[in-house]
Amino acid sequence: MNLHEYQAKQLLATRGVQIPKGSVCYDGLEALIAARALGSEKVVLKAQVHTGGRGKAGGVAVVSAKDDIRSKASEIIGRKLVTYQTGPDGKPVSALLVEEFLPIDQEMYLGVVLDRNTGRVTIMASAEGGVEIETLARESPEKIVTVGVDPLRGLTPFQARNLAYRLTQNKVLAQQMTKIATVLYDIFVGFDCSLAEINPLVVSGDRVLALDAKLNLDENGLFRHPELELLRDRSQEDQLELSANKDGLSYIKLTGNIGCIVNGAGLAMATLDLIALHGGSPANFLDVGGGASEQGVADAMNILLDDKRVKAVFINIFGGILRCDVLARGVIRALNERGVALPIVARVEGTNIEEGRELFEKSGLPIDMIPSLDEAAKLVVAKAKSFNKES
Amino acid sequence: MAILVNRESRVICQGITGRNGTFHSLACREYGTNMVGGVTPGKGGSSVEGIPVFNTVWQAVQETGADVSLIFIPAAHAKDPILEAVDAGIRLIVCITEGIPPLDTASALHTVRLEGRVLIGPNTPGIISPPEGCKVGIMPGYIHKPGPVGVISRSGTLTYEVVDQLTKNGLGQSTCLGLGGDPVVGLSFVDVLKMFRDDPKTEAVVLIGEIGGSAEEQAAELIKNEFNKPVAAYIAGRQAPPGKRMGHAGAIISGGSGTAQGKIQALESAGVTVIENLTQVGLVVKRLLG
Repeated sequence: MNLHEYQAKQLLATRGVQIPKGSVCYDGLEALIAARALGSEKVVLKAQVHTGGRGKAGGVAVVSAKDDIRSKASEIIGRKLVTYQTGPDGKPVSALLVEEFLPIDQEMYLGVVLDRNTGRVTIMASAEGGVEIETLARESPEKIVTVGVDPLRGLTPFQARNLAYRLTQNKVLAQQMTKIATVLYDIFVGFDCSLAEINPLVVSGDRVLALDAKLNLDENGLFRHPELELLRDRSQEDQLELSANKDGLSYIKLTGNIGCIVNGAGLAMATLDLIALHGGSPANFLDVGGGASEQGVADAMNILLDDKRVKAVFINIFGGILRCDVLARGVIRALNERGVALPIVARVEGTNIEEGRELFEKSGLPIDMIPSLDEAAKLVVAKAKSFNKES
Repeated sequence: MAILVNRESRVICQGITGRNGTFHSLACREYGTNMVGGVTPGKGGSSVEGIPVFNTVWQAVQETGADVSLIFIPAAHAKDPILEAVDAGIRLIVCITEGIPPLDTASALHTVRLEGRVLIGPNTPGIISPPEGCKVGIMPGYIHKPGPVGVISRSGTLTYEVVDQLTKNGLGQSTCLGLGGDPVVGLSFVDVLKMFRDDPKTEAVVLIGEIGGSAEEQAAELIKNEFNKPVAAYIAGRQAPPGKRMGHAGAIISGGSGTAQGKIQALESAGVTVIENLTQVGLVVKRLLG
């Protein structure tokens, strides 16, 4: 789950990190009133969306207080912002952050992640900010300072101080940076984040401020922070993915036309690759999970049948804990309720395979049962292509 | 011989009285594993189909001499049982649980390493050694067969798929091990490759990787410099869009790193045979060994 910039900044501000003056607005009039209240010559309008690349996509505007702020704001609110990260559908903008425009002397970077290799929470900082840290890491890794934190000791004051003094020798700035690094670390650990980032962290005169902030919360840690559920903005998430996740399925929308049902994340990824290898294009990633129930399988089937883009369905199951007869019952139930209008190819293997196969045969449903995974993948690709031509 | 587990291993299950704990403890025993006990606080003195249940891991170790533990504890409470196993002297901990907060795993792993123990997982199918008749995990035992191929993977069902192909091609396995699908896990590809290198019964290795992190790239470094057995690899996730978590918490391309292409390139340049078509893994490994 991701937070909006304004939510992340508020969390930082309540812990004493300086942020630009500003407020969140939901329409043009509010934005105008907010801009006037700031009393600064120039203001910044920032679309609140869960994506990077806002600036280039027209989601950030610096305007003079004398401009027609109301209509400028209205242009941003309510539109869909398409960036290099969102895909062609874009993300809806329902909130706008109106902030004072600050003169900036230096842009820096500060971020906290869990390093997968060391298993340690790691703080990264750079005297050069404003660019993506991955780009910086690729092009000039020597400009990034990292500090790994011992999980039993936590971030010690000297570590935070070391970090700050490697970015600046100015005592006033270093003291503020030490504090900001400590706060960001505390938020990362306290809220089970997967990423906590201030980019850019800016120097303006003798002040250090968080000009932009990003907090991503790890889904597996969310149960410890039920209060953060209030900050979730469902409009920023794909509706199909949301409802699938509610049913305990792991679903991700892709751009093709072959609907896939698989058990296990690795096999599900490999199934997409196999379809693509044979010239097809998958409509989704869907892992029904190891211990799926008959209802879970039926729910998965219904998600694919609801998807207008799907021209053929591919079922690829290697039954372990999930028994093939349970799978067959779920698929048959969904298809009997909805009727079959699409070609369906199934490759089913593993626990209780005989019983599963028998159930499919008795059902009389037009499902192609293909024992070879390779042949099954080729067949579903061919079916999706010919179905496309017919309709 | 095999790596990490064998017929002498004395295995307990933490969470044995739960639905999954019971089911899989019995399945492991049926496969041949020496299941010497189970732990559920408050249920000490009872038994699960003849397997004695203890209140604490310490008691279980005292009574049974257990050295391996299989953990089925819900994610919200899984950190403490790992620490308890370390404290009681357990050498190898296999944590099946999916969904543990990564900071909990990281903190437990720190202690595991300080004390010189081994953690497999979390979010792993576990480990199985067919020649030793020892299974500590949830994989279907019947698809495996004793033989010379070592299998290391970050996934469950994808590993079953590959093992099934190996067996159908007449290739048995020395040990199959799932590292786990989480971003932070105990054993890595590099750790297990070193064990396979030193295991005389392993003649070839199949490495099953996926997008996210850089464990495969590190494996490639090791293979290039200090590995002398043939390695075949399959990498899942070529079609995965960036920034999306593909089912496994650890399977995510972030900021252009962790892509399947990058991993395939690294492995190929280390001399690994990378297989593009999943359904050909069995055949390719047969050729490698032929």
